[in-house]
Formats: sequence, structure tokens, C-alpha cells
Amino acid sequence: MKDVAIVSFAQRQEAQISNESEVEMMIPLMEQAKEAVGLSQRDMGFTCSGSSDFLAGQAFSFVMTIDGTGPVPPISESHVEQDGAWALYEAWVKLQCEDIDTAFVYSYGKSSPGSLRDVLATQMDPYYVAPLWPDAYAIEGLAARMLLDSGKVSEQQLAEIASRSRLNAATNPHAVRNEKKSVEEILAEPYLADPLRPSDIGAIADGGAAMVLATGDRARSLCERPVWIRGIDHRSDAHTLGVRDLTSAMSATIAAEKSGVGADRIDLAELAAPFTTSEAVLTEALGLGDGVSVNPSGGALAANTMMAAGLIRFGEIFERIARGDGDRGVAHATSGRCLQQNLVAVLEGE
Amino acid sequence: MGKERTAVIGVGQTKYASTRGDVSMAGLLREAAQRALDTAHKTWSDIDAVVMGKAPDFFEGVMMPEIYLAEALGCVGKPIMRVHTAGSVGGSTACVAASMVQSRVHSTVLTIAWEKQSESNAMWALSLPQPFTTSVNAGAGGYFSPIMRRYMAMSDAPELIGCLVAFKDRQHALKNPYAHLHQHDLTFEQVVESPMLWDPIRYSETCPSSDGACAMVLTDEAGGDAHDGPVAWVSGTAMRSESNSYGGRNMVSPAASEQCADDVFAQAGIHDRRAEIDAVEMYVPFSWYEPMWLESLGFADKGKGWQLVESGATALDGGDLPVNPSGGVLSSNAIGASGMIRFAEAALQVMGEAGEHQVDGARTAFGHAYGGGAQYFAMWIVAKDK
Amino acid sequence: MPEEVLQAPLVLEYPFTGTTGPVVGRFLTGLREGVVLGVRRSDGTVMCPPLEYDPADASPLEEMVELPQSGEVVSWSWGGPRREQQPFDQPVAWALIQLDGADTPMLHAVLVDGPEQMSTGMRVQIKWRDEREGHITDICGFVPESDETGPKTASKTSTTVDLDSVEAVQSVRTPIRLNYSYTPGRALSEYLYAMKDKRIIGDRCGDTGQVFVPPRGVSPVAGKATIETVDLPDVGYVESFNITRVPIATRPDLEPPYCSAWIVLDGASVGFMGLVINCEPESVRLGMRVRAVWKPDEELEVSATNILGWEPTGEADEVIADIERIGRVGPQQKRGSAS
Repeated sequence: MKDVAIVSFAQRQEAQISNESEVEMMIPLMEQAKEAVGLSQRDMGFTCSGSSDFLAGQAFSFVMTIDGTGPVPPISESHVEQDGAWALYEAWVKLQCEDIDTAFVYSYGKSSPGSLRDVLATQMDPYYVAPLWPDAYAIEGLAARMLLDSGKVSEQQLAEIASRSRLNAATNPHAVRNEKKSVEEILAEPYLADPLRPSDIGAIADGGAAMVLATGDRARSLCERPVWIRGIDHRSDAHTLGVRDLTSAMSATIAAEKSGVGADRIDLAELAAPFTTSEAVLTEALGLGDGVSVNPSGGALAANTMMAAGLIRFGEIFERIARGDGDRGVAHATSGRCLQQNLVAVLEGE
Repeated sequence: MGKERTAVIGVGQTKYASTRGDVSMAGLLREAAQRALDTAHKTWSDIDAVVMGKAPDFFEGVMMPEIYLAEALGCVGKPIMRVHTAGSVGGSTACVAASMVQSRVHSTVLTIAWEKQSESNAMWALSLPQPFTTSVNAGAGGYFSPIMRRYMAMSDAPELIGCLVAFKDRQHALKNPYAHLHQHDLTFEQVVESPMLWDPIRYSETCPSSDGACAMVLTDEAGGDAHDGPVAWVSGTAMRSESNSYGGRNMVSPAASEQCADDVFAQAGIHDRRAEIDAVEMYVPFSWYEPMWLESLGFADKGKGWQLVESGATALDGGDLPVNPSGGVLSSNAIGASGMIRFAEAALQVMGEAGEHQVDGARTAFGHAYGGGAQYFAMWIVAKDK
Repeated sequence: MPEEVLQAPLVLEYPFTGTTGPVVGRFLTGLREGVVLGVRRSDGTVMCPPLEYDPADASPLEEMVELPQSGEVVSWSWGGPRREQQPFDQPVAWALIQLDGADTPMLHAVLVDGPEQMSTGMRVQIKWRDEREGHITDICGFVPESDETGPKTASKTSTTVDLDSVEAVQSVRTPIRLNYSYTPGRALSEYLYAMKDKRIIGDRCGDTGQVFVPPRGVSPVAGKATIETVDLPDVGYVESFNITRVPIATRPDLEPPYCSAWIVLDGASVGFMGLVINCEPESVRLGMRVRAVWKPDEELEVSATNILGWEPTGEADEVIADIERIGRVGPQQKRGSAS
């Protein structure tokens, strides 16, 4: 396998970006990520993006957004209807098999035009579940109750996760929810989707991210401390909630094994956990021990940007390792309800 | 270490129809996937990963449906990806799946592309309402017909070339049991006399709206060598995209089309495209796109593509460059699947498995898809020999 | 950029229908007849609702078994106020309910007044809708087993219906209605505001000088934000066109045949689509000069609909030099032989 590294990253997340079209939102990020390493679109061996039509209520929204890359002359390009972490995965695969040494990845999502907790009902089984329009928070509430009933985690521990996210987010300019709150204050919040409190639920955000990948010596020539993708894997679980164990994440566990999470010490991890319960499940599923700094950015609880939350986790790890805040980290992305689909990567500085 | 050689060892398609009322969404995909597994002599447990493609989710009203389809596609505990590159998606999906094997990330991959258009209405899904404006053209035909008019003006092609293409593809479809349209009694005169929908495009020169799925099993060199049955070796894959609106853009032969073709033919070591390619499956949703793509892809000189059509060179019966022996998009159009059907039909030709629409002795075949405002392109070349 | 960026409500609504295939169809047929079916998996366990393919090994499943209509809450949540699309009259508890005789739970609602009435392990039973059609909502929801729930609630297995003798459900309504707030973004907003003053604006690429109309805030040639807006005249030429004889669903006012055309304004680098009006469609030509036909001044609004269409100017036709290409390479090219 070729060594592939992240060499630059740009992100933007806000509670609502209502003044800009998606391409207007993305151009500055695309420019910033490329300029950071002195590359233009023509230097990119491959480009891949991720987005969803359903979020913004527009078919083919990615067809407008591609203009932001400057695809004249034409570019070697693809798009996934998934979080940008899967676009990164596709680009990583391309870098493995093509005679290219750079790739450009971006993804974005604006949830604010619609109601995310309702829109996500259209992701459920179209015959048995979607016609009931269960909202996404209530669905996660089912998993949360099972987790609490199992004794694996307590409401106190969930509140601790929420409180830590807020604390960490206080220093993250991209966080949407960054006011500090104590565990007691969080436990005093009324339930929003019993047994989930407002602080248990990721703050929905609009935004996007852009990233440049490069291989081997090219990566070393582009930035001082490239952050290498040492392992990357993704897996799905069953869609049907009733047929899987909602207190664990089998697919995340497999992806963690395949990507080599357990092979060496992990300093930090960024998990695209949209709920405190997801973070609790993932921490166990990935085998992250006590010494690991989990979600130093505040994670997806502090800003949950659909279709980009996973790619942003890669970026958060990249920025920290690049500046020396740790050597080996884990980035995670998810899709579907209750951690159905999970992508895990091990990132490492030299 | 170059790319891992990649082989197509299984192809499966559904019967294409305006409504596949006998199956669920999952059942539609399974029909194609199971057939692909069967011809590959594989079971679900042999599959390392699934790469799925389809066009906009608004067609069926299910957001990111790969999530709901995980059980049906045997993906519990396995990776599944979802590609979406507009109309070219079926081809792009196959390219992405091939890269999974070429990179040695996986050994054996199932790739599948589909659409169940009967669940909604393509015109609705493709042109959702937008505030502050109003529609001034009707669907894809409204968008592409002016481009075809430009081609007709620049090439001085006889007016009925498009009808020749449509009639030829419908005749080809009669030899393909999976094709949606089986118009046994259709005559050339009926094509010519069919109503103008988007002048210069007649009703019979447009594609139908279909339900359907197409799947392939791809595997590595060892798997291809070991396969007890016909194999198609992938000798080139390429994708190119460009903006759909910039000054001086060549809409008739987009730069992305030409560059994608140059790339894929170079990978396959093909110099004389017309002479070295034995069968072509290209994305022709409107009749005139056959001569237009023949030129853009370098099978004919600029302005001369229509002459290949007129001479019968692109017909299965007697032509030296049969185009769309399966009947093409003009005979079956499950949008998200249409690109993969082209790729799969190209594979069937070099595997010698195309049945009644087999091109005799086909050794090298070309699969093609395009999408968006003729701005997304995916192509591959498959060969009988490694 | 003086004016506010535009926003408008957007409703995406479609009455989707899904065909069910035999397994899902059988289950829904059962619901219509007041019967609940599960499917037996290869390991002998029973799954309800029945999936068509086994999650464990993807094998097809078909052996349907009838199940009792009561069971146990495996997990539950309370989602708060009723949401607009939900088919319930009241806020509901969501629950995973394992029917007696099934080995996996199903997701549905429990009809209680509040979360205090819910507990893990509680017994519930189906409450049927009076009018049933073969749809998951034929089950109104579940109610606590002890409740007085009237004659429509069956408390044990019903074996009175022969599902082979009734018409099978083959398709199901799955309508979607989602509310969005649409924004065209900054560049298009500015364009739409200008329309109210009968002005057409484009935006210019700083690197190449290309002018795009309608403006999108981005130059695809440079991959950068555009640098300035420019006013364009409301005259140009027909780059290409069709004569359409099919109606547009959202335009009942538009009587076929009509002419949809790519219009290139003088000074613009790209064309956009518009209608050519006030002439016979058959008289439209490549290169024909046209000008905008605006709505009467008193009807002008912030909308692209202010331009009703484009009518011939009567000037000599534009000579299209490179007929394959749409739009002009540079912004400053002079018109061909137009007078």
C-alpha cells in the first residue's frame, strides 16, 4: 500500500448558513485547502465529494457545487451520496491504484433549510418504518434506553460526556454549542427525547470541509508534518433496529480491527457521534482506553454537520497531530440510525 | 507495483419494465445481484464489499437507500459504498468498484446500480420546484434537444439519421430478453411518423422510463484465472467531469468526453479505435447522441459520425462497429442502472455471453455513460484476453 | 450587496407508491385482515416484521408464521410533541415491541398520554385501525395490555382469515411531504432583485473576464468566487432551441407547441434557457436576435418570472462562428454581422 497523508484542511460550521448557496459556502473552503499547500485544481490527480440531495431539498445539488473546484479543463472526479469520509476513502483507494500523488476531497451539508429529525425518517425502511415518520431523536432514544437499561452506562456518565464536549468546544471556533455546562446542570435539563436531554443530542449545523491528500514524498514536500492514513476501513450493520444489538456497534468494532486501532497507543480520537450515547458505544466498540483524549474539538455533539461531520473528524485529528498535539489518532464517521454504518481510520504523524 | 488486474466474472440483470410491480425495492436489486453471483459461481459470503450506485434519491423517496438495503445486499459486517454522479452513475459505480480490486483493497466486489422509476415520476424528480423562477423547458428532452439541433446544423446530417438510430436500437432490443421495449411490429416509417416531442426529437427517438437493476461481480487476477467460465478483463477505466456552463464550452463534444476517452483508450493500448473495438455500448438516451458520441469518442471524424449510422456500420447485423447491440438506453432506461448496463453488456460481449445479440468474435468492447448536462463521463474497456 | 438574501418556503411533496413483492405484501395483506405475520429465519427464529432477506446470511426468507397480537416493550422513548407528518392524533411513545412468538422486536408507537405510563418490559397489544388498507398504519399503535380498548383490539391470535383467499397487497402508499426554506444564495438573490427593476445582471470571473448569467457567485473556469457583477442588455441571440410539444407539469399556462431556447445575451459568455415568444415556433432560427419581453411594470416582482419570454428583434441573424460551442469564449467579442 502507498503511504497517503492528509496535508491540508479547511472547515466551516455554523448553526445556520442561510445567506449562501452551497457552492457559495464551499468556494472559500476549497480555495483555502488548496492554497495552504500551494496547489491548484489542475494539480489534483483525483477529486471526490460527498453530499445529499435530501438535506437541502434539491436534486443534483452536487452538480452546481462542482463549479467551485474549477473543473475547466475537466477533472477526474466522482461523488458519493455519503459523508465526505467515504469520499476520502474513495480518494484513498484511487491513490493506491492510479499513477497520481494528490487528491482533493470535500463535502458539505445544510440541514437548516429542512427539519433534520423529520428528513431522516426517509432513510428508514420504506414499508415498515418511514410511513410512521419516527423522528431521529426518538429513534436514538430507543438505543439510549437499551444502553441505560443494560447498565453499560448511566445518565450521569452521559452527562459527563456532554459536559466534556461543551468544555472542549469552548476553544473550538467551529463549534456551534460551546457554552460550558456542569454535569449537574445537564442532568437538570428536561428530556427532549426521553431518555435523551438536549445536551445529549448533537447541535445541528450547516457547513462543509475541504481537504488535500498526497502520497509519500509529495506529501512531505507539501507540508511540514503530513498526517498519514495508516489504516482505514468501513463496515455496515443491519438497518433493521430490531435485529441488532443497539448497545454495541459491531460494524465499528470490525472497522477498528481492520484499520489497526489496537495495534499501538492512541493519543486522541475524534468520533462522529451525534449523541452522547453514540460516543459511549463507540468508545467501547473501538477499544479506546482511559488515556485517549476523545473528541478534543467537542466532536459532533458540538457541531453535527450532516455529510461532513465524518470528514471534519479527519480534519480535527490532522490539525492536532500536524501541530504536535499527539502522534497517533483515530478518526471516525457514521451513517444511518444508531451507528449502522461506521468508518474508522488510524492517523499518524511522522 | 501497478494495478491489480481485474476481471468481470459475473453479470446479472433484471428484466426492465415500466413497472416491476412484482418485487419490492430490495427484491429488484436482489434479482440482478443473485444472477450476477450465480454466473460468477459465488455466494454472498464470498463478497468482500458492495459498491452501489443510483441517480437522485427523490426517484424513490428513500434517502441514501443503501442504508435500508444493507440486509438485502448481504452487507451486514461488510463495507457498502454509494456512488452518485448523475446519469453517468452506473458507469462511475463500476469504475469505483473496479478500483477497489485494482488497488488490492478487496479481492471480490459486487457492484450494482438501479432505479425504480415507477415509484415516482422522472419529470418531477429531475425538476423539483424552485421558488423565484419557473420552468421553461420540459425535462431532459427539453435540455438536450437544442444541443442535438446544433449537431445537426454543424454536420449537415440528413434529417432522418436519428430515426435510423432509434429503429436500429429497437431492432437490437428484440434480441435482448431483458430489454424493456420489444416492439416487434415497429417499422422505420412508424419511427419517422411518431410525434415530435422536442423538435427535432420524435417520441420514438427518446428512451423509455424503466424499473431495473444491473449487477456485476469483479475479482482480482487470481480469481479471474480460477473462474470456471467466461471472463472479461478490465483493460481501462476513466471518469471525467466538467462544469455544465462556461464560455466556449463544446456542448456537442464536451472536453470531458474527449479527455475521458483519450485516457481510457490509452490505458487499453488502443490506437485505432474503430478498428480495434469490436462492440460499443454507449449511453444514447436520445437518438442523435449516437453520431455525436461516435465523433466525440474518436470512432469517427468530426462531422462524419452520422455517416457511420447511415452506412449501417453501427448495426449488429452486418456492421463493423456494432453500437448498442443490447438495444441501448433507447430500449431500456432505469436511469441509475443505465450506465452499468452499458458496462455489463460490453463485458457480456467479450465473455461471449450476449446470446442472440452477441457480436461474433468480440474480443474488445467499450462501455460508456454520461450524465448531468453532458458533463459527467465514465468509460471502460473490457477484453477477452488478459 | 444592499438587499437581504432571499428566502422562500419550499414544499417537496410526492405521493410515492412502492411495490411490495411477496413477503412485504403478505405481511401488509395480513395487517389489512387483522393478522400479524412473522417470517422464519434459517436458524428457526421468527422475525417480525418480516424481512425479505436474512440479516445474518442474506438468504431469502419466505416461511410466514402468524403471531399473537400482544407482546413486550423491549425499549421505548418519548419524542415530545407530535410531528407534522406522523400518522397519529397525539404525541406517542416509540417502542421496540417484541410480539409473543417473535424473536426480534418491531418498531411502532405506543398510544399513551405520557412517558410516565411507559416502562421497559411492559405488556402491550395492538390497536387496529377501523378502516384498513394493507399498510403499516393499519396498526394505530400499541396500547397497554390492561387497557379497556374495545372490540377492535384483538388479544390473541386470530385464525379466522385465510390469506390465500383474499386479494394480496402488492403496493403501498409512501407519500412524502417535507418543508424546506429555500435560499438561492447571494449571487442569485442579487440577480432576482435586479429583475424587479427590469435589469439583468451577470457576474464576472476575475481571471478570465468571462461573464456568467444568471450569476452563481462562482467562476467554474477559475474555481474562484466571481469578482463583480455587471449589467447586461436584455438583447441577445438564440444559440439553439427546440419546439416542444409536451406540456410542463408546473406550467399549465404554457400551451404546446412552444419554443425553448438557449439565449446568449450580448456581453455574456454563457447561454441560459428561455422561451421564444411572439412568433411562430417554426420561424425560430439559430442565431436569431431576440429581446426580453417583460411583464407589465405594475406586475414586476423579485422573480425570474418577470421575463415572460424572448421575442425576435428583427435584426440580422448572429453568425455563430463555432457551432459546436455554446456561449462565447471571451466576454468582449463583437456581434457577428448583426446590423
